[in-house]
Amino acid sequence: MNFKSGHLLGLEYVERDDIELILKTTKSFREILDRPIKKVPTLQGKTVVNLFFEPSTRTRISFELAEKRLSADSVNFSSSTSSVKKGETLLDTARNIEAMKIDMVVIRHQSPGAAHFLALNLDANIINAGDGAHEHPTQGLLDMVTIAEQHKTFEGLRVGIVGDIAHSRVALSNIHGLLKMGAKVTLCGPATLIPREIDKLGVEVSYNIDDLIQNVDVLNVLRIQLERQDSGFFPSLREYHNYFGITRERLEKATRPITIMHPGPINRGVEIASDVADSEHSVILNQVTNGVAVRMAILYLLAGGEHDTN
Amino acid sequence: MEFRVKANLVTPEDLRRIIIRLAHEIVERNRGIEDLVIVGLLTRGAYLAHRIAKKIEEIEGKAVPTGDLDVTLYRDDFRTRLKQPEVQVTNIKFQIDEKNVILVDDVLFTGRTVRAALDALMDFGRPNRIHLAVLVDRGHRELPIKADFVGKNIPTSIGEEVRGKLTEVDHEDCVNLVEEVGEGN
Repeated sequence: MNFKSGHLLGLEYVERDDIELILKTTKSFREILDRPIKKVPTLQGKTVVNLFFEPSTRTRISFELAEKRLSADSVNFSSSTSSVKKGETLLDTARNIEAMKIDMVVIRHQSPGAAHFLALNLDANIINAGDGAHEHPTQGLLDMVTIAEQHKTFEGLRVGIVGDIAHSRVALSNIHGLLKMGAKVTLCGPATLIPREIDKLGVEVSYNIDDLIQNVDVLNVLRIQLERQDSGFFPSLREYHNYFGITRERLEKATRPITIMHPGPINRGVEIASDVADSEHSVILNQVTNGVAVRMAILYLLAGGEHDTN
Repeated sequence: MEFRVKANLVTPEDLRRIIIRLAHEIVERNRGIEDLVIVGLLTRGAYLAHRIAKKIEEIEGKAVPTGDLDVTLYRDDFRTRLKQPEVQVTNIKFQIDEKNVILVDDVLFTGRTVRAALDALMDFGRPNRIHLAVLVDRGHRELPIKADFVGKNIPTSIGEEVRGKLTEVDHEDCVNLVEEVGEGN
């Protein structure tokens, strides 16, 4: 393992070899989730703090389950019920928690770079669980694991990412990870929600969902945050649905089945039609299951020493 | 680290005969293959398990459920090892409740791997009994564990190493006694 830093801050900083190792290791942990006793003693004695400064249900539960399934001790911190309310800085909060002798920190924060900041200032292993609109590496990895279950290789695989690219950490982690693995990534959405010059990362951009559907193997449909309706990025949710919503009618024009993914939570009838979300080509719930396995793999790989290649 | 082969302990022919004998002993002890399942420890134990299972099928005319077990996550040296072993995928597609499980490994040494395997198996169910079959028993146990079926007993000194090789992963069938000859020689 070359996670030399001992942290997972973003897929931009993870080498292809390491992504491959993570995907491979995840398979071992996925198997544990199907056992009668879904728990292994590997991280006994390790303490993990889940530091959540933003509301999150799925990611936090997924991390918590991953920690418990590896027998680590975990504690949860959420900003709404904590000293942050009393004006404590992020650094002070983190230092105080580290002073309680913990081993790993999972952090979700509204500011891009929050995880990096902790990595620079703490000795613990840091896992980024989403920092602003920057990265959400475990989501990117679980998306890749799910794709790998459906498709033989990433090399040349055509992945479309649809929706609010500008505000999405999921998109950025997917872009970095998929490009490193040799996939071809096309972004699609209203021009107001696609950052200028994002093509410099090596992705294509399309503003027409029907064109995109003709040319992809996988569609990763991002959540349209309902709050954005009033911010002027697009006229209305209904109009968004008419122009970019993934519907059965649109998908039926494709020459072959497209794998449908969504990081959740879904707005049925906005970015994706209900029947598409529940269709046989939808792997949305597989993503959730793989999320636990991927997070177990990351905890395992970061907690251990240097990786043995023998 | 460089290693030198001191002696060849098991030839391909020996190995072939050992597999046949172990298969017969297992069937004899179990009085047939009723309730028998075989679980090999990844990596080489698993290949041995499949060879033994194949031989038992030839003898009894019926397949025995065979699975692979990875014990990396149950090891007691996870915290102290510098190098982290790669985890492999456990594949046990059958119930082990009330079964007679034959656990198969290549080299029995300290017994710590077997200890981890026993813990791992308990997470899959409650077997009727577990027997241990090994290709080589080299001694130096650190835990009260003993093999029920042994291919070959080989007394060794602690500085030596016993290396099992199987064609499935190593392009040859043999067991060698090797010793360290120092760094980079």
